[in-house]
Amino acid sequence: MSEVTGGVEVEEEIGGTVKKFMFVNRKAPYGTIYALEGLEVVLISAAFDQDVSLVFLDDGVYQLKKGQHTKAVDMKNFSPTYRALEGYDIDKLYVEKESLEERGLTADDLVVDVEVLTAEEIAKLMAEQDVVLSF
Amino acid sequence: MLHTVNKSPFQTRNLESCLRHALPGSAVLLIEDGVYAALQDTPFADMVRKAMEQVRFYVLGPDLEARGMEPSKVIDGIEVVDYGGFVDLTVEYGTVQSWL
Amino acid sequence: MGTIEVGGKVLETDEEGYLKNLSDWTPEVAEYMAKQDGLELTDNHWEVINFLREYYEEYQIAPAVRVLTKAIGKKLGPDKGNSKYLYELFPYGPAKQACKYAGLPKPTGCV
Repeated sequence: MSEVTGGVEVEEEIGGTVKKFMFVNRKAPYGTIYALEGLEVVLISAAFDQDVSLVFLDDGVYQLKKGQHTKAVDMKNFSPTYRALEGYDIDKLYVEKESLEERGLTADDLVVDVEVLTAEEIAKLMAEQDVVLSF
Repeated sequence: MLHTVNKSPFQTRNLESCLRHALPGSAVLLIEDGVYAALQDTPFADMVRKAMEQVRFYVLGPDLEARGMEPSKVIDGIEVVDYGGFVDLTVEYGTVQSWL
Repeated sequence: MGTIEVGGKVLETDEEGYLKNLSDWTPEVAEYMAKQDGLELTDNHWEVINFLREYYEEYQIAPAVRVLTKAIGKKLGPDKGNSKYLYELFPYGPAKQACKYAGLPKPTGCV
């Protein structure tokens, strides 16, 4: 176990190239482990100084809903952690317009500032990536 | 870009989400329970045929076979591939998005 | 899995000595853990430990060391927001060791 103290060494180890990584989040937060696992992978990926973006679509938009209280179901409420992403230099958060609208939500209902994009815009961003990881 | 779908269209809306994000020139590969979407005579066949105007469709043969589905029942124009073909597709199309 | 005994109470820890239950934490726990490492906690240590507890309270994670360093710098100034200062305080690694004393889980993003 060693702590990553800076990105420079790590970046050299993998050849010094910055790749575009997109994390696609499509699952609601507590019914399955996908959302939490995805978030942890995102936090770890921040150590590698890559070009990281997060997309929330379908039920994935529910991950960002304000006002989650999980005490009664005895699960960890990880929605505040999305607010920590900025400190990890992850600031490309995209939410799909159609998915929000279908669920009667707007950007104001979400715990973090996001960019709302149409499915087509997201499709284009997706096509520009080196790696797409789905959760 | 290669999109894979592994859930039955009767069970989830993953295929629909996939098609909403499949740009012209990209490809969709149906695997595991996703292969049911490749069949004629389902309520989803029209959606698939329409998408096929802009996107290439493939279905994984071993998964069809495992489920007792005959290749002759697959929608015309969908290409049946084996595991080697799956690998070739990932190489040909580069980035893969799995609609899990 | 293990246990530590602090103030007459037996507290559960994981195999690396991190508290299992966040709510078991008291300042005495930090003092005890530091002592086991041969360390006397000063105000400077407490500043970091308290910062980590507040960070966890707000974001529900323990920060990776680079995030901690940057955030400390923002709050307490550049004299303290640097690896040298933090490693002097916590020679086993500021994020890992300080998180342990703070009763938090091991930092996410610590690879």
